[in-house]
Amino acid sequence: MTSTALRSRAWKLLEMVTTPLLPSDYLDLVSPLRAGADLRGRIEAVHPETGDAATIVIRPGRGWRGHTAGQYMRIGVDVNGVRLWRAYSITSPTNRQDGRVTITVKAIPDGKVSNHLVRRAKPGTLIQLDQPTGDFVLPQAKPAKVLYLTAGSGITPVMGMLRDIEFDDVVMVHCAPQPQDVIFRNELHDLVADKKLRLTEVHTDTDGMLDIARLDGLVPDWAERETWACGPAGLLDAAEEHWTEFGVQERLHTERFRPSIVVAGDGGEVTFSATGKTVDADGATPLLDVGEEAGVLMPSGCRMGICFGCVTPLKSGAVRDLRTGEITEAEPGVLIQTCVSAAAGPCDIER
Amino acid sequence: MTAIDPTAHLTAEQIEQLGRELDAIRDEVIADRGEKDAAYIRKVISAQRKLELVSRGVLLFSIFPPAWLLGTAGLSVAKIMDNMEIGHNILHGQWDWMRDPKIHSTTWEWDHVSPSEQWKHSHNELHHTYTNVIGKDNDLGYGIMRVDEDQRWHPFHLGQPLWNFLNACFFEYGIAAYDLELGKNLHKRRRKNPEFRARAKAVGRKIRKQVLKDYVIHPLLSGPSFLPTLAATFTANLVRNIWTHSVIMCGHFPEGVQVFERRSIRGETRGQWYLRQMMGSANISGSKAMHFMTGNLSHQIEHHLFPDLPSNRYAEVAVKVRALFEKYELEYVTGPLPKQVFSAWRKVFRLSLPNNKPKVKTPDREQELVAA
Repeated sequence: MTSTALRSRAWKLLEMVTTPLLPSDYLDLVSPLRAGADLRGRIEAVHPETGDAATIVIRPGRGWRGHTAGQYMRIGVDVNGVRLWRAYSITSPTNRQDGRVTITVKAIPDGKVSNHLVRRAKPGTLIQLDQPTGDFVLPQAKPAKVLYLTAGSGITPVMGMLRDIEFDDVVMVHCAPQPQDVIFRNELHDLVADKKLRLTEVHTDTDGMLDIARLDGLVPDWAERETWACGPAGLLDAAEEHWTEFGVQERLHTERFRPSIVVAGDGGEVTFSATGKTVDADGATPLLDVGEEAGVLMPSGCRMGICFGCVTPLKSGAVRDLRTGEITEAEPGVLIQTCVSAAAGPCDIER
Repeated sequence: MTAIDPTAHLTAEQIEQLGRELDAIRDEVIADRGEKDAAYIRKVISAQRKLELVSRGVLLFSIFPPAWLLGTAGLSVAKIMDNMEIGHNILHGQWDWMRDPKIHSTTWEWDHVSPSEQWKHSHNELHHTYTNVIGKDNDLGYGIMRVDEDQRWHPFHLGQPLWNFLNACFFEYGIAAYDLELGKNLHKRRRKNPEFRARAKAVGRKIRKQVLKDYVIHPLLSGPSFLPTLAATFTANLVRNIWTHSVIMCGHFPEGVQVFERRSIRGETRGQWYLRQMMGSANISGSKAMHFMTGNLSHQIEHHLFPDLPSNRYAEVAVKVRALFEKYELEYVTGPLPKQVFSAWRKVFRLSLPNNKPKVKTPDREQELVAA
């Protein structure tokens, strides 16, 4: 018998010993970060960056597969007893010697998870992790010239890139309300002092929002640069338009943190057929929230439509995409993202 | 619907007001639910698992009598914790708000031969909706006993003290059969119903796993302690069964608890539903340890009013609920465990015999109402 077969036999026997629980339920008591466990991490430190941002140092479990610079990961944190999942860019370099990873979180107004992480998270706390993902990453071949165009917490994936690989010619244009709001400011200025980076800070409180037409003045050779842009939807929309206008759109890579959500109407009776729950939903509340309100265990992820951690079969009825207003009707095999879909009339969600 | 309706003095408006006051109590707990509650259930689950591990470990040496005694006692307590404070309450969805897939009513499986999915249907859906409605709530005597004067008597009921005793000893099997509605489904035609067959199969699978674990694998692992370990697990299951049966009997069977007729719940308002739960349930008084070991079903009245509130909050809720009972001049049926168990058993014996005039209050019942 092969060793894998032998191990699976042994595991089956162990399952008989622990039924109706699983062996992992007991192993989790002593070793929650072991290989083979559900992926978790332990918060080891919280370092303040600005008044409302902090870097969280996480020791991931043994199953962690590592990331590529620019990627994000989903984390599940218990906030006031409720497990909430969010996605954050990884800000540590890929070659960090101690095996820790960091995310840098900016507390947004009314943000349950971001405020908890920045202000209340304690070292020692266990959190849930997902493997890193995302295609906002650097290419295999080194580009000759690079532009990083960022605003606010949009700097976080780019910081992961800056810390990871050195390029010969890197320019960064970063927007923040005031100098003290610039996350990683000291480190950026150190890079500038070492001549590893040319940096333009746009302070929007005094300079006003960045007008993309000003880019010609700030970075005259922007069209020749491989560009990574991350920030609010307004900035990214303008950038995409600008790059397309000059026919260099293939040089622009963007990452959107928050979808722009349209005001939707309708709503209707939502049935969660697997659990047998039926509730009324309005046309503006994501079905993920509707389900969780009703006590249904909904898979969830970034809650902004990017990670597809919440996709669930739509068995009947129709839903509206809150970002685009697009209507999706039930058909065999149709999956919907419950975090950005609202009821557009009665519908049946397989949960 | 006993001869004297103990709620007759309440007007319809008062009953609705009572409902609103109960809703307010519920809302208060929900608004306050949080980290402490989550920490509580996690702590209980972790303690239960450790206790079970240690007890099973000790039983490996159960050939030595002190180890047998210690291991059996520990395993009995672990099984009671699993079924009562943890299993029963998680399966009620009391902890679903935490959104932890490992502690959720849709994923939890308990140390019990009835698969949690089936139990949730017969218990959460049927029993908690139709509490104490004759003909609708099968928990009223589990279909094998008569627990109210208004239920029709059959000669079969002569044996009910014996049925009840056997049910107590093998309670988990009784529950599994009950969840399957075995009595009703044993007719030839129903037996062939594919839906019933699938459920019966699921029960069979669960029984096989449970029996294999308790009576084959763990004894085998104990080697020379095979027989003592076998006896220990049997004893622990017996202790757990009798304990849970006793606690559950105290919830709806003691004297003073009301039952209802089918037609009385037609068009029931929220206030009336609450009132039925109040009059149809009974509590057990006692220490914190007693409340814990009953899975807080000692607060049966509060549990029936708010079946999905976290069990660790019933004690504080009970103070407010009891004040409402007083305000609305209703009888809050409660007492220490021995008294309530005795009361329930006395009823089982009494009702094993026919009573001549259903719907007429017996003198002894009147005395209890006054005395309680």
